[in-house]
Amino acid sequence: MKWLQNDSSNKAVLFPMASPQALAAADIALPMRPAGLDQPFVNGAVEGPAGKIPRVSSALTWQDRWGSIKARWGVGRMHYAVDPGLYALGSPDAGSPVLVTANYKMSFDRLREALPGRNAWILVLNTEGINVWCAAGKGTFGTGELVRCIAASGLKDCVGHRELILPQLGAPGVSAHWVRKMSGFTVHYGPIRARDIPAYLDAGLRATLKMRRKTFSLPERAVLIPIELVAALKPAALLVPILVLISGLGGRGAFVQNLIHDGLFSLTALLLAILSGAVLSPLLLPWLPGRAFATKGLAVGLAAAIALLSYWGLDLKSGRDLLLGGAWLLMMPGISAFLAMNFTGASTYTSLSGVRREMRWALPVEIGAGLSGLAVLLVSRFF
Amino acid sequence: MIYLKNVVTLEVDRDKCTGCGMCLEVCPHAVLAMEDRRVRIRNRDACMECGACARNCPVGAVSVEAGVGCAAAVINGLLNRQAPSCGCSLDPKNASAGKVGGCC
Repeated sequence: MKWLQNDSSNKAVLFPMASPQALAAADIALPMRPAGLDQPFVNGAVEGPAGKIPRVSSALTWQDRWGSIKARWGVGRMHYAVDPGLYALGSPDAGSPVLVTANYKMSFDRLREALPGRNAWILVLNTEGINVWCAAGKGTFGTGELVRCIAASGLKDCVGHRELILPQLGAPGVSAHWVRKMSGFTVHYGPIRARDIPAYLDAGLRATLKMRRKTFSLPERAVLIPIELVAALKPAALLVPILVLISGLGGRGAFVQNLIHDGLFSLTALLLAILSGAVLSPLLLPWLPGRAFATKGLAVGLAAAIALLSYWGLDLKSGRDLLLGGAWLLMMPGISAFLAMNFTGASTYTSLSGVRREMRWALPVEIGAGLSGLAVLLVSRFF
Repeated sequence: MIYLKNVVTLEVDRDKCTGCGMCLEVCPHAVLAMEDRRVRIRNRDACMECGACARNCPVGAVSVEAGVGCAAAVINGLLNRQAPSCGCSLDPKNASAGKVGGCC
Protein backbone atom coordinates (compact mmCIF):
# COMPACT_ATOMS: atom_id res chain seq x y z
CA MET A 1 0.00 0.00 0.00
CA LYS A 2 2.99 2.22 -0.46
CA TRP A 3 1.27 4.08 -3.28
CA LEU A 4 -1.39 5.29 -0.92
CA GLN A 5 1.11 7.28 1.07
CA ASN A 6 1.63 10.88 0.19
CA ASP A 7 4.74 10.21 -1.82
CA SER A 8 6.30 13.07 -3.66
CA SER A 9 5.41 11.76 -7.14
CA ASN A 10 1.75 12.47 -6.45
CA LYS A 11 2.33 15.87 -4.95
CA ALA A 12 0.57 18.72 -6.60
CA VAL A 13 1.65 21.56 -4.36
CA LEU A 14 0.38 24.83 -5.70
CA PHE A 15 2.85 27.60 -6.15
CA PRO A 16 0.55 30.54 -6.50
CA MET A 17 3.27 32.90 -7.64
CA ALA A 18 4.33 30.70 -10.54
CA SER A 19 2.93 31.64 -13.89
CA PRO A 20 0.04 29.34 -14.85
CA GLN A 21 1.06 26.76 -17.39
CA ALA A 22 -0.62 26.34 -20.78
CA LEU A 23 -0.61 30.04 -21.37
CA ALA A 24 1.77 30.40 -24.26
CA ALA A 25 0.87 33.28 -26.54
CA ALA A 26 0.28 30.79 -29.36
CA ASP A 27 -2.41 29.08 -27.30
CA ILE A 28 -4.29 32.29 -26.67
CA ALA A 29 -4.19 33.27 -30.32
CA LEU A 30 -5.84 29.99 -31.39
CA PRO A 31 -9.05 30.82 -33.21
CA MET A 32 -12.21 29.42 -31.70
CA ARG A 33 -15.26 28.19 -33.56
CA PRO A 34 -18.20 30.32 -32.41
CA ALA A 35 -20.89 28.51 -30.43
CA GLY A 36 -23.29 26.89 -32.89
CA LEU A 37 -26.62 28.51 -33.78
CA ASP A 38 -28.09 25.10 -34.60
CA GLN A 39 -28.07 23.72 -31.05
CA PRO A 40 -31.61 22.74 -30.00
CA PHE A 41 -31.78 25.13 -27.01
CA VAL A 42 -30.71 28.19 -29.06
CA ASN A 43 -33.75 30.32 -29.91
CA GLY A 44 -32.22 33.04 -32.06
CA ALA A 45 -29.14 35.16 -32.48
CA VAL A 46 -27.88 38.64 -31.65
CA GLU A 47 -25.53 40.54 -33.94
CA GLY A 48 -22.05 40.76 -32.44
CA PRO A 49 -19.07 42.72 -33.79
CA ALA A 50 -17.69 39.50 -35.31
CA GLY A 51 -20.88 37.78 -36.42
CA LYS A 52 -23.95 36.16 -34.93
CA ILE A 53 -23.99 35.15 -31.27
CA PRO A 54 -26.49 32.44 -30.25
CA ARG A 55 -29.29 33.61 -28.00
CA VAL A 56 -30.78 31.46 -25.25
CA SER A 57 -33.71 31.85 -22.88
CA SER A 58 -33.94 31.28 -19.15
CA ALA A 59 -36.99 29.09 -19.71
CA LEU A 60 -36.05 25.43 -19.95
CA THR A 61 -37.99 23.13 -22.26
CA TRP A 62 -39.07 19.59 -21.42
CA GLN A 63 -36.12 18.35 -23.52
CA ASP A 64 -33.72 20.28 -21.27
CA ARG A 65 -35.33 18.82 -18.15
CA TRP A 66 -35.41 15.30 -19.57
CA GLY A 67 -31.72 15.70 -20.47
CA SER A 68 -30.93 16.53 -16.83
CA ILE A 69 -32.85 13.50 -15.59
CA LYS A 70 -31.07 11.22 -18.05
CA ALA A 71 -27.67 12.60 -17.02
CA ARG A 72 -28.51 11.98 -13.34
CA TRP A 73 -29.10 8.31 -14.27
CA GLY A 74 -25.88 8.12 -16.27
CA VAL A 75 -27.51 8.08 -19.74
CA GLY A 76 -25.31 9.97 -22.21
CA ARG A 77 -23.78 11.81 -19.28
CA MET A 78 -20.25 11.95 -20.62
CA HIS A 79 -21.45 13.61 -23.82
CA TYR A 80 -23.94 16.04 -22.31
CA ALA A 81 -22.23 19.19 -23.51
CA VAL A 82 -22.91 22.52 -25.19
CA ASP A 83 -20.55 24.31 -27.58
CA PRO A 84 -18.00 26.46 -25.76
CA GLY A 85 -18.06 30.17 -26.57
CA LEU A 86 -20.16 33.26 -26.03
CA TYR A 87 -23.96 33.21 -25.68
CA ALA A 88 -26.53 35.95 -25.20
CA LEU A 89 -29.16 35.46 -22.51
CA GLY A 90 -32.09 37.66 -23.56
CA SER A 91 -30.90 40.92 -25.14
CA PRO A 92 -27.63 41.91 -23.50
CA ASP A 93 -25.81 45.15 -24.35
CA ALA A 94 -22.34 46.57 -23.72
CA GLY A 95 -23.13 47.12 -20.04
CA SER A 96 -24.62 43.69 -19.29
CA PRO A 97 -22.86 41.35 -16.84
CA VAL A 98 -20.72 38.48 -18.13
CA LEU A 99 -21.30 35.14 -16.40
CA VAL A 100 -18.79 32.34 -16.91
CA THR A 101 -19.65 28.64 -16.76
CA ALA A 102 -18.64 25.15 -17.92
CA ASN A 103 -19.84 23.41 -21.06
CA TYR A 104 -21.61 20.61 -19.16
CA LYS A 105 -25.18 21.17 -20.27
CA MET A 106 -26.58 20.76 -16.77
CA SER A 107 -24.29 23.55 -15.50
CA PHE A 108 -25.31 25.77 -18.42
CA ASP A 109 -29.02 25.07 -17.83
CA ARG A 110 -28.85 25.67 -14.05
CA LEU A 111 -27.25 29.05 -14.79
CA ARG A 112 -29.70 30.34 -17.39
CA GLU A 113 -32.67 28.91 -15.50
CA ALA A 114 -31.67 31.04 -12.47
CA LEU A 115 -31.89 34.30 -14.45
CA PRO A 116 -35.48 34.84 -15.64
CA GLY A 117 -36.08 38.29 -17.06
CA ARG A 118 -32.39 39.22 -17.06
CA ASN A 119 -30.06 40.13 -19.89
CA ALA A 120 -26.51 38.82 -19.64
CA TRP A 121 -23.61 37.41 -21.61
CA ILE A 122 -22.75 33.80 -20.84
CA LEU A 123 -19.16 32.76 -21.56
CA VAL A 124 -18.93 28.97 -21.73
CA LEU A 125 -15.47 27.47 -21.23
CA ASN A 126 -14.47 24.18 -22.81
CA THR A 127 -14.35 21.84 -19.80
CA GLU A 128 -14.92 18.74 -21.93
CA GLY A 129 -18.48 18.38 -20.70
CA ILE A 130 -17.57 18.37 -17.01
CA ASN A 131 -19.26 20.52 -14.35
CA VAL A 132 -17.58 23.64 -12.93
CA TRP A 133 -16.29 22.23 -9.63
CA CYS A 134 -14.83 18.99 -11.00
CA ALA A 135 -13.39 20.82 -14.01
CA ALA A 136 -11.79 23.41 -11.71
CA GLY A 137 -10.22 20.55 -9.77
CA LYS A 138 -8.73 19.18 -13.01
CA GLY A 139 -7.73 22.67 -14.19
CA THR A 140 -9.85 22.58 -17.36
CA PHE A 141 -12.07 25.27 -15.85
CA GLY A 142 -8.90 27.23 -15.38
CA THR A 143 -6.92 30.41 -15.86
CA GLY A 144 -5.55 29.33 -19.22
CA GLU A 145 -8.88 28.28 -20.73
CA LEU A 146 -10.59 31.43 -19.41
CA VAL A 147 -7.96 33.77 -20.84
CA ARG A 148 -8.01 31.89 -24.15
CA CYS A 149 -11.82 31.97 -24.27
CA ILE A 150 -11.97 35.71 -23.53
CA ALA A 151 -9.65 36.43 -26.45
CA ALA A 152 -11.11 33.90 -28.88
CA SER A 153 -14.76 34.76 -28.29
CA GLY A 154 -14.37 38.48 -29.05
CA LEU A 155 -15.86 39.37 -25.66
CA LYS A 156 -13.86 42.59 -25.52
CA ASP A 157 -15.81 43.95 -28.49
CA CYS A 158 -19.19 42.99 -27.00
CA VAL A 159 -18.91 44.70 -23.62
CA GLY A 160 -17.67 48.10 -22.51
CA HIS A 161 -16.63 46.97 -19.03
CA ARG A 162 -13.90 44.51 -18.01
CA GLU A 163 -15.62 42.47 -15.32
CA LEU A 164 -16.40 38.74 -15.17
CA ILE A 165 -18.59 36.83 -12.74
CA LEU A 166 -17.38 33.29 -12.06
CA PRO A 167 -18.99 30.66 -9.87
CA GLN A 168 -17.18 30.47 -6.55
CA LEU A 169 -16.57 26.75 -7.12
CA GLY A 170 -14.51 27.65 -10.20
CA ALA A 171 -11.86 29.17 -7.93
CA PRO A 172 -9.79 25.97 -7.47
CA GLY A 173 -8.83 26.24 -11.16
CA VAL A 174 -8.74 29.98 -11.72
CA SER A 175 -6.23 32.48 -10.44
CA ALA A 176 -8.10 35.80 -10.40
CA HIS A 177 -4.96 37.98 -10.24
CA TRP A 178 -3.42 36.15 -13.22
CA VAL A 179 -6.59 36.53 -15.28
CA ARG A 180 -6.43 40.25 -14.66
CA LYS A 181 -2.78 40.51 -15.63
CA MET A 182 -3.25 38.46 -18.78
CA SER A 183 -6.64 39.61 -20.07
CA GLY A 184 -7.41 42.89 -18.33
CA PHE A 185 -10.63 41.41 -16.93
CA THR A 186 -11.40 41.48 -13.21
CA VAL A 187 -12.76 38.22 -11.83
CA HIS A 188 -15.60 38.43 -9.30
CA TYR A 189 -16.44 35.18 -7.59
CA GLY A 190 -20.20 34.92 -7.41
CA PRO A 191 -22.24 32.63 -5.20
CA ILE A 192 -21.86 28.84 -5.12
CA ARG A 193 -25.44 28.16 -6.25
CA ALA A 194 -26.74 29.61 -9.50
CA ARG A 195 -30.10 30.38 -7.91
CA ASP A 196 -28.42 32.98 -5.64
CA ILE A 197 -27.08 34.96 -8.61
CA PRO A 198 -30.04 37.41 -8.91
CA ALA A 199 -29.65 38.42 -5.25
CA TYR A 200 -25.87 38.69 -5.74
CA LEU A 201 -26.30 40.93 -8.80
CA ASP A 202 -28.90 43.10 -7.09
CA ALA A 203 -26.65 43.57 -4.06
CA GLY A 204 -23.90 45.01 -6.29
CA LEU A 205 -21.87 41.79 -6.60
CA ARG A 206 -21.95 41.03 -2.90
CA ALA A 207 -22.51 37.48 -1.69
CA THR A 208 -23.76 36.71 1.79
CA LEU A 209 -21.76 34.27 3.92
CA LYS A 210 -24.48 31.69 3.39
CA MET A 211 -24.07 31.94 -0.40
CA ARG A 212 -20.37 31.13 0.03
CA ARG A 213 -20.79 27.95 2.06
CA LYS A 214 -21.08 24.56 0.37
CA THR A 215 -23.61 22.37 2.11
CA PHE A 216 -24.37 18.67 1.69
CA SER A 217 -27.99 18.42 2.74
CA LEU A 218 -30.29 15.41 2.38
CA PRO A 219 -31.76 16.55 -0.99
CA GLU A 220 -28.26 17.36 -2.28
CA ARG A 221 -27.13 13.84 -1.37
CA ALA A 222 -30.30 12.16 -2.63
CA VAL A 223 -29.97 13.59 -6.14
CA LEU A 224 -26.56 11.87 -6.46
CA ILE A 225 -27.84 8.40 -5.63
CA PRO A 226 -29.05 7.31 -9.11
CA ILE A 227 -25.60 7.68 -10.65
CA GLU A 228 -24.01 5.80 -7.72
CA LEU A 229 -26.59 3.03 -8.06
CA VAL A 230 -26.11 2.71 -11.83
CA ALA A 231 -22.33 2.65 -11.42
CA ALA A 232 -22.62 -0.12 -8.80
CA LEU A 233 -25.21 -2.25 -10.61
CA LYS A 234 -23.17 -2.52 -13.82
CA PRO A 235 -20.30 -4.57 -12.31
CA ALA A 236 -22.81 -6.36 -10.05
CA ALA A 237 -24.63 -7.67 -13.14
CA LEU A 238 -21.42 -9.57 -13.99
CA LEU A 239 -21.49 -11.21 -10.55
CA VAL A 240 -25.03 -12.56 -10.96
CA PRO A 241 -24.22 -15.46 -13.36
CA ILE A 242 -21.21 -16.37 -11.22
CA LEU A 243 -23.40 -16.52 -8.10
CA VAL A 244 -26.04 -18.54 -9.96
CA LEU A 245 -23.41 -21.09 -11.03
CA ILE A 246 -21.83 -21.33 -7.58
CA SER A 247 -25.25 -21.77 -5.95
CA GLY A 248 -26.57 -24.28 -8.46
CA LEU A 249 -23.52 -26.52 -8.54
CA GLY A 250 -22.44 -28.42 -5.45
CA GLY A 251 -24.73 -28.69 -2.52
CA ARG A 252 -27.11 -31.59 -1.91
CA GLY A 253 -30.09 -31.05 -4.22
CA ALA A 254 -30.54 -30.62 -7.93
CA PHE A 255 -29.40 -27.44 -9.69
CA VAL A 256 -32.79 -25.71 -9.50
CA GLN A 257 -33.41 -26.71 -5.89
CA ASN A 258 -30.02 -25.35 -4.86
CA LEU A 259 -30.70 -22.22 -6.81
CA ILE A 260 -33.97 -21.57 -5.01
CA HIS A 261 -32.54 -22.33 -1.60
CA ASP A 262 -29.06 -20.77 -1.73
CA GLY A 263 -28.98 -18.73 -4.93
CA LEU A 264 -31.90 -16.55 -3.98
CA PHE A 265 -30.25 -15.83 -0.65
CA SER A 266 -26.98 -14.85 -2.34
CA LEU A 267 -28.65 -12.57 -4.87
CA THR A 268 -30.72 -10.87 -2.15
CA ALA A 269 -27.58 -10.37 -0.09
CA LEU A 270 -25.75 -8.82 -3.06
CA LEU A 271 -28.61 -6.45 -3.79
CA LEU A 272 -28.87 -5.45 -0.12
CA ALA A 273 -25.12 -4.82 0.04
CA ILE A 274 -25.37 -2.48 -2.96
CA LEU A 275 -28.36 -0.67 -1.46
CA SER A 276 -26.43 -0.29 1.80
CA GLY A 277 -23.36 1.24 0.19
CA ALA A 278 -24.82 3.25 -2.69
CA VAL A 279 -28.20 4.36 -1.30
CA LEU A 280 -28.45 4.10 2.48
CA SER A 281 -24.91 5.27 3.26
CA PRO A 282 -25.24 8.52 1.22
CA LEU A 283 -28.72 9.20 2.60
CA LEU A 284 -27.83 8.54 6.24
CA LEU A 285 -24.29 9.99 5.94
CA PRO A 286 -24.30 12.48 8.86
CA TRP A 287 -25.92 10.04 11.26
CA LEU A 288 -23.69 7.03 10.61
CA PRO A 289 -20.81 6.18 12.97
CA GLY A 290 -17.25 7.22 12.15
CA ARG A 291 -15.82 9.93 9.93
CA ALA A 292 -14.32 7.75 7.22
CA PHE A 293 -16.89 6.90 4.53
CA ALA A 294 -15.73 3.27 4.55
CA THR A 295 -16.55 3.03 8.28
CA LYS A 296 -20.04 4.34 7.60
CA GLY A 297 -20.55 1.88 4.75
CA LEU A 298 -19.15 -0.96 6.84
CA ALA A 299 -21.66 -0.19 9.60
CA VAL A 300 -24.65 -0.13 7.23
CA GLY A 301 -23.49 -3.29 5.45
CA LEU A 302 -23.04 -5.14 8.75
CA ALA A 303 -26.47 -4.06 9.99
CA ALA A 304 -28.03 -5.17 6.70
CA ALA A 305 -26.24 -8.54 6.88
CA ILE A 306 -27.42 -9.16 10.44
CA ALA A 307 -30.96 -8.17 9.49
CA LEU A 308 -30.94 -10.47 6.46
CA LEU A 309 -29.56 -13.41 8.45
CA SER A 310 -32.17 -12.93 11.18
CA TYR A 311 -35.13 -12.71 8.80
CA TRP A 312 -34.17 -15.26 6.16
CA GLY A 313 -34.41 -18.22 8.51
CA LEU A 314 -31.26 -20.10 7.54
CA ASP A 315 -30.85 -23.42 9.31
CA LEU A 316 -27.76 -22.54 11.31
CA LYS A 317 -27.38 -26.15 12.52
CA SER A 318 -26.58 -27.18 8.97
CA GLY A 319 -22.94 -26.58 8.12
CA ARG A 320 -23.80 -25.38 4.62
CA ASP A 321 -26.25 -22.71 5.76
CA LEU A 322 -23.84 -21.59 8.47
CA LEU A 323 -21.08 -21.13 5.91
CA LEU A 324 -23.45 -19.46 3.44
CA GLY A 325 -24.54 -16.95 6.10
CA GLY A 326 -20.94 -16.42 7.23
CA ALA A 327 -19.80 -15.78 3.66
CA TRP A 328 -22.27 -12.92 3.23
CA LEU A 329 -21.60 -11.62 6.73
CA LEU A 330 -18.10 -10.97 5.35
CA MET A 331 -19.00 -9.86 1.82
CA MET A 332 -21.92 -7.53 2.54
CA PRO A 333 -19.97 -5.12 4.79
CA GLY A 334 -17.02 -5.31 2.39
CA ILE A 335 -19.09 -4.38 -0.67
CA SER A 336 -21.02 -1.70 1.21
CA ALA A 337 -17.82 -0.14 2.60
CA PHE A 338 -16.26 0.00 -0.88
CA LEU A 339 -19.30 1.70 -2.41
CA ALA A 340 -19.59 4.19 0.47
CA MET A 341 -15.88 4.95 0.12
CA ASN A 342 -16.44 5.71 -3.56
CA PHE A 343 -19.07 8.27 -2.55
CA THR A 344 -16.20 10.49 -1.30
CA GLY A 345 -15.86 11.66 -4.90
CA ALA A 346 -19.43 12.88 -5.00
CA SER A 347 -19.30 14.44 -1.53
CA THR A 348 -18.59 18.12 -0.99
CA TYR A 349 -16.20 18.01 1.94
CA THR A 350 -13.62 15.22 1.60
CA SER A 351 -9.95 16.05 1.06
CA LEU A 352 -7.45 14.05 -1.01
CA SER A 353 -5.21 13.59 2.05
CA GLY A 354 -8.19 12.24 4.00
CA VAL A 355 -9.29 9.88 1.24
CA ARG A 356 -5.73 8.50 0.97
CA ARG A 357 -5.59 8.04 4.74
CA GLU A 358 -8.94 6.25 4.74
CA MET A 359 -8.07 4.02 1.78
CA ARG A 360 -4.83 2.87 3.38
CA TRP A 361 -6.80 0.67 5.79
CA ALA A 362 -10.17 0.47 4.04
CA LEU A 363 -9.06 -0.94 0.68
CA PRO A 364 -7.25 -3.98 2.22
CA VAL A 365 -10.21 -4.57 4.56
CA GLU A 366 -12.73 -4.40 1.70
CA ILE A 367 -10.73 -6.65 -0.62
CA GLY A 368 -9.96 -9.04 2.26
CA ALA A 369 -13.62 -9.29 3.30
CA GLY A 370 -14.75 -9.80 -0.29
CA LEU A 371 -12.22 -12.51 -1.16
CA SER A 372 -12.49 -14.42 2.13
CA GLY A 373 -16.29 -14.29 1.87
CA LEU A 374 -16.10 -15.69 -1.65
CA ALA A 375 -13.78 -18.46 -0.43
CA VAL A 376 -16.22 -19.39 2.35
CA LEU A 377 -19.07 -19.38 -0.17
CA LEU A 378 -17.14 -21.84 -2.38
CA VAL A 379 -16.34 -24.08 0.59
CA SER A 380 -20.03 -24.11 1.56
CA ARG A 381 -20.84 -25.90 -1.71
CA PHE A 382 -19.03 -29.03 -0.50
CA PHE A 383 -21.23 -29.44 2.60
CA MET B 1 -19.99 17.88 8.22
CA ILE B 2 -16.36 17.26 9.12
CA TYR B 3 -14.16 14.61 7.52
CA LEU B 4 -11.05 13.01 9.07
CA LYS B 5 -9.10 14.93 11.70
CA ASN B 6 -5.51 16.15 11.36
CA VAL B 7 -4.88 15.10 7.76
CA VAL B 8 -5.06 18.39 5.90
CA THR B 9 -1.96 19.94 4.31
CA LEU B 10 -3.15 23.58 4.39
CA GLU B 11 -0.57 26.16 5.55
CA VAL B 12 -0.75 29.92 5.95
CA ASP B 13 2.33 32.13 6.08
CA ARG B 14 1.07 35.05 8.15
CA ASP B 15 4.18 37.10 7.44
CA LYS B 16 3.38 37.14 3.73
CA CYS B 17 -0.36 37.79 4.14
CA THR B 18 -1.53 41.26 3.16
CA GLY B 19 -5.09 40.78 4.41
CA CYS B 20 -6.76 41.13 1.01
CA GLY B 21 -9.36 38.53 1.98
CA MET B 22 -9.46 36.76 -1.38
CA CYS B 23 -8.97 33.36 0.30
CA LEU B 24 -11.91 33.98 2.63
CA GLU B 25 -14.10 34.67 -0.37
CA VAL B 26 -13.30 31.51 -2.34
CA CYS B 27 -13.26 29.00 0.53
CA PRO B 28 -16.47 26.90 0.48
CA HIS B 29 -16.10 25.76 4.09
CA ALA B 30 -15.08 28.93 5.98
CA VAL B 31 -11.75 27.37 6.97
CA LEU B 32 -9.94 30.69 7.25
CA ALA B 33 -10.60 33.80 9.31
CA MET B 34 -9.22 37.33 9.43
CA GLU B 35 -7.44 38.31 12.61
CA ASP B 36 -5.49 41.57 12.99
CA ARG B 37 -5.75 42.14 9.22
CA ARG B 38 -4.07 38.81 8.53
CA VAL B 39 -5.52 35.43 7.77
CA ARG B 40 -5.30 32.48 10.14
CA ILE B 41 -6.62 28.92 9.97
CA ARG B 42 -9.84 28.83 11.93
CA ASN B 43 -11.12 25.32 11.25
CA ARG B 44 -8.39 23.13 9.75
CA ASP B 45 -10.39 19.89 9.71
CA ALA B 46 -13.11 21.49 7.54
CA CYS B 47 -10.59 22.01 4.71
CA MET B 48 -11.16 19.80 1.65
CA GLU B 49 -7.90 20.79 -0.05
CA CYS B 50 -9.61 22.14 -3.16
CA GLY B 51 -6.80 24.68 -3.50
CA ALA B 52 -8.99 27.69 -4.31
CA CYS B 53 -7.37 29.82 -1.56
CA ALA B 54 -3.81 29.06 -2.63
CA ARG B 55 -4.53 29.64 -6.31
CA ASN B 56 -6.15 32.99 -5.61
CA CYS B 57 -3.64 34.32 -3.10
CA PRO B 58 -1.75 37.08 -4.96
CA VAL B 59 1.25 36.95 -2.59
CA GLY B 60 1.65 33.19 -2.15
CA ALA B 61 0.84 33.20 1.55
CA VAL B 62 -1.43 30.13 1.41
CA SER B 63 -0.26 26.70 0.32
CA VAL B 64 -1.97 23.33 0.18
CA GLU B 65 -1.38 20.01 -1.49
CA ALA B 66 -4.48 20.39 -3.60
CA GLY B 67 -6.47 17.56 -5.13
CA VAL B 68 -9.90 16.05 -5.40
CA GLY B 69 -10.96 13.84 -2.50
CA CYS B 70 -12.31 11.04 -4.66
CA ALA B 71 -11.58 7.36 -3.97
CA ALA B 72 -12.27 6.35 -7.59
CA ALA B 73 -9.65 8.88 -8.71
CA VAL B 74 -7.09 7.50 -6.25
CA ILE B 75 -7.78 3.93 -7.45
CA ASN B 76 -7.34 5.02 -11.08
CA GLY B 77 -4.10 6.68 -10.06
CA LEU B 78 -2.95 3.38 -8.53
CA LEU B 79 -3.96 1.31 -11.57
CA ASN B 80 -2.28 3.68 -14.02
CA ARG B 81 0.59 4.56 -11.67
CA GLN B 82 -0.24 8.21 -12.16
CA ALA B 83 -1.59 11.07 -10.15
CA PRO B 84 -5.24 10.59 -9.09
CA SER B 85 -7.65 11.11 -11.99
CA CYS B 86 -11.35 10.30 -11.98
CA GLY B 87 -11.43 9.66 -15.72
CA CYS B 88 -14.48 11.85 -16.25
CA SER B 89 -13.72 13.38 -19.60
CA LEU B 90 -15.04 13.94 -23.10
CA ASP B 91 -11.50 13.99 -24.39
CA PRO B 92 -10.97 10.85 -26.53
CA LYS B 93 -7.28 10.91 -25.58
CA ASN B 94 -8.26 10.31 -21.94
CA ALA B 95 -11.11 7.92 -22.62
CA SER B 96 -9.16 4.93 -21.35
CA ALA B 97 -7.75 6.77 -18.36
CA GLY B 98 -10.75 5.96 -16.18
CA LYS B 99 -10.98 2.30 -15.29
CA VAL B 100 -13.12 3.06 -12.25
CA GLY B 101 -16.11 5.29 -12.86
CA GLY B 102 -15.67 8.72 -11.39
CA CYS B 103 -18.41 10.84 -10.03
CA CYS B 104 -18.08 14.33 -11.41
